[in-house]
Amino acid sequence: MIEVEQLSKSYGPREAIKNLSFQIKKGEVVGFLGPNGAGKSTTMNILSCIMPASSGSARICGYDVFEQALEIRKLIGYLPETPPLYSDMVVYDYLTFAARLRNIPSKKTKLAVDQVIERCSLNEVDGRIIGRLSKGYQQRVGIAQALVHDPDILILDEPTIGLDPIQIIEIRKLIQELSASHTIILSSHILPEITQICKRVIIISDGQIAAVDSLEALTTRLRKGERLLLKIRQNNNEIINKLSALKKVTTVTEEQPAQFIIDCEPNADIQDEIAQLTLDNKWGLVELKPVSMTLEDIFLKLTLEENEGPQ
Amino acid sequence: MKNIWIVAKKDLSSFFSSPVFYSLTSVFLILNGFIFFNILNFFSLQSFQAQQLRGGGIGLNLNEMVIEPSFQNMAVILLLIIPLVTMRSFAEEKKSKTFALLLSSPIHLREIIVGKFLACMIVITLMILLSAYSTIYLFIVGHPEVGPIITGYLGILLMTGCYVSMGLFASSLTDNQIIAAVISFGLSLFIWIIGWGAQASGPGLGQLLEFLSLITHLEHFLKGLVSSSDLVYYFSFILFGLFLTHRILESSRWR
Repeated sequence: MIEVEQLSKSYGPREAIKNLSFQIKKGEVVGFLGPNGAGKSTTMNILSCIMPASSGSARICGYDVFEQALEIRKLIGYLPETPPLYSDMVVYDYLTFAARLRNIPSKKTKLAVDQVIERCSLNEVDGRIIGRLSKGYQQRVGIAQALVHDPDILILDEPTIGLDPIQIIEIRKLIQELSASHTIILSSHILPEITQICKRVIIISDGQIAAVDSLEALTTRLRKGERLLLKIRQNNNEIINKLSALKKVTTVTEEQPAQFIIDCEPNADIQDEIAQLTLDNKWGLVELKPVSMTLEDIFLKLTLEENEGPQ
Repeated sequence: MKNIWIVAKKDLSSFFSSPVFYSLTSVFLILNGFIFFNILNFFSLQSFQAQQLRGGGIGLNLNEMVIEPSFQNMAVILLLIIPLVTMRSFAEEKKSKTFALLLSSPIHLREIIVGKFLACMIVITLMILLSAYSTIYLFIVGHPEVGPIITGYLGILLMTGCYVSMGLFASSLTDNQIIAAVISFGLSLFIWIIGWGAQASGPGLGQLLEFLSLITHLEHFLKGLVSSSDLVYYFSFILFGLFLTHRILESSRWR
């Protein structure tokens, strides 16, 4: 559905993105992940035909983003980083305007606007002036604007930025609901968000793709071995030594007092041995569990590897 | 055509919901009214004196002595007012990042520009219509000639078109409304007085400068003269301004 090949964009001498290539299939929910200034917004701007690329090509549903921009704009709904809201307009009028801009015939406009208001739970505020709404509602209006013409593809640039935790959860829920029927590209620098919503992640760092994969694949690929957390009641220096002496254990680190992270070889399956050791020494077992690598670890690892690579 | 109207309608509704439009219209009407009152006052004094001196009989020309100067003064007030109407067109969209909504919608850039041009034109035409009470009043108290009044309004509207297209160009250059207003005011004033350079320059260049000046062409319309050369001047001026606006906005996407 979306094919990006060797896409580059430079602002003067500064290269924002370099040779990006990736594919997105119909119905996928893909997360763009990267630190601020990595080139996420630039990529999204190019995909939504707002700015042309310096070189390379991007095709959406077979249309070229440069040659056939008008066709593509009918297919996508775009929420830029700053939602494009006219602060002096009433929510209902604004959505009507957005619907008309997106070629919805005037007879069907009312229906489309009513539906999108329902979908984004804007019923309570549809008669209010956008500038006076809370940030969370403004973001919802921004998403509603991208949805009003029921596009196949939704491009959402940092949809939860600047919201409070409750609003973030609401927006996430909304995006999850939408993911059932739309292809969604979502960008974020907040990792848990991507973990919750997206099936596949494209990690961008410094304008280049650091990794493209499904979340599970990324986690397994990068987890070189397994990791266990051991929490006990006692604490002394001997413990680390004894744990390290176990077979198949690579490193032991004391995360907090009486709380250890044990890294071991792949498929070591040594929970039994650790438990036995703890019981034998009467350290007082509180907790023993496998720790799965979070996206945060993956991300850090990838971007670090990236940086260390050329040096 | 439909898309142009969608953009224009949105701009019009934001004009009418903002205090800017109402304050500009008030200032325009007050200044215009004050000037009209004074011109009319002067005219009645003159005709009174003329009657006394010559023993009556010769009526002074209402068109030449009241309507023509009124139009000229209106042109000056519009010069001050129009940059304030056009300044927000693109500058505000860029500042508040709402331009992305228009750019990501399936409409052409030229439709956006013409839509905004249309909105500004409608707003200013409305102001001019509101000030037309003065002309109506003249029809009630006297018998002015209709022809020059119609061509006069036509000339004023065409000149407005030129100001608006320059204003849109200025607004496309920046995301700061004040800078947009200053540039457009500077351009408008310059193109107004460019003919002054004619005296100092040689015959060829002098004629060119004379031709470029907005005010020379307006004079013809106020006298009741509609010539194709003036029409061509105004229309090409407007189109050129809109074309430049299109170029600026298109190229800013590449940067």
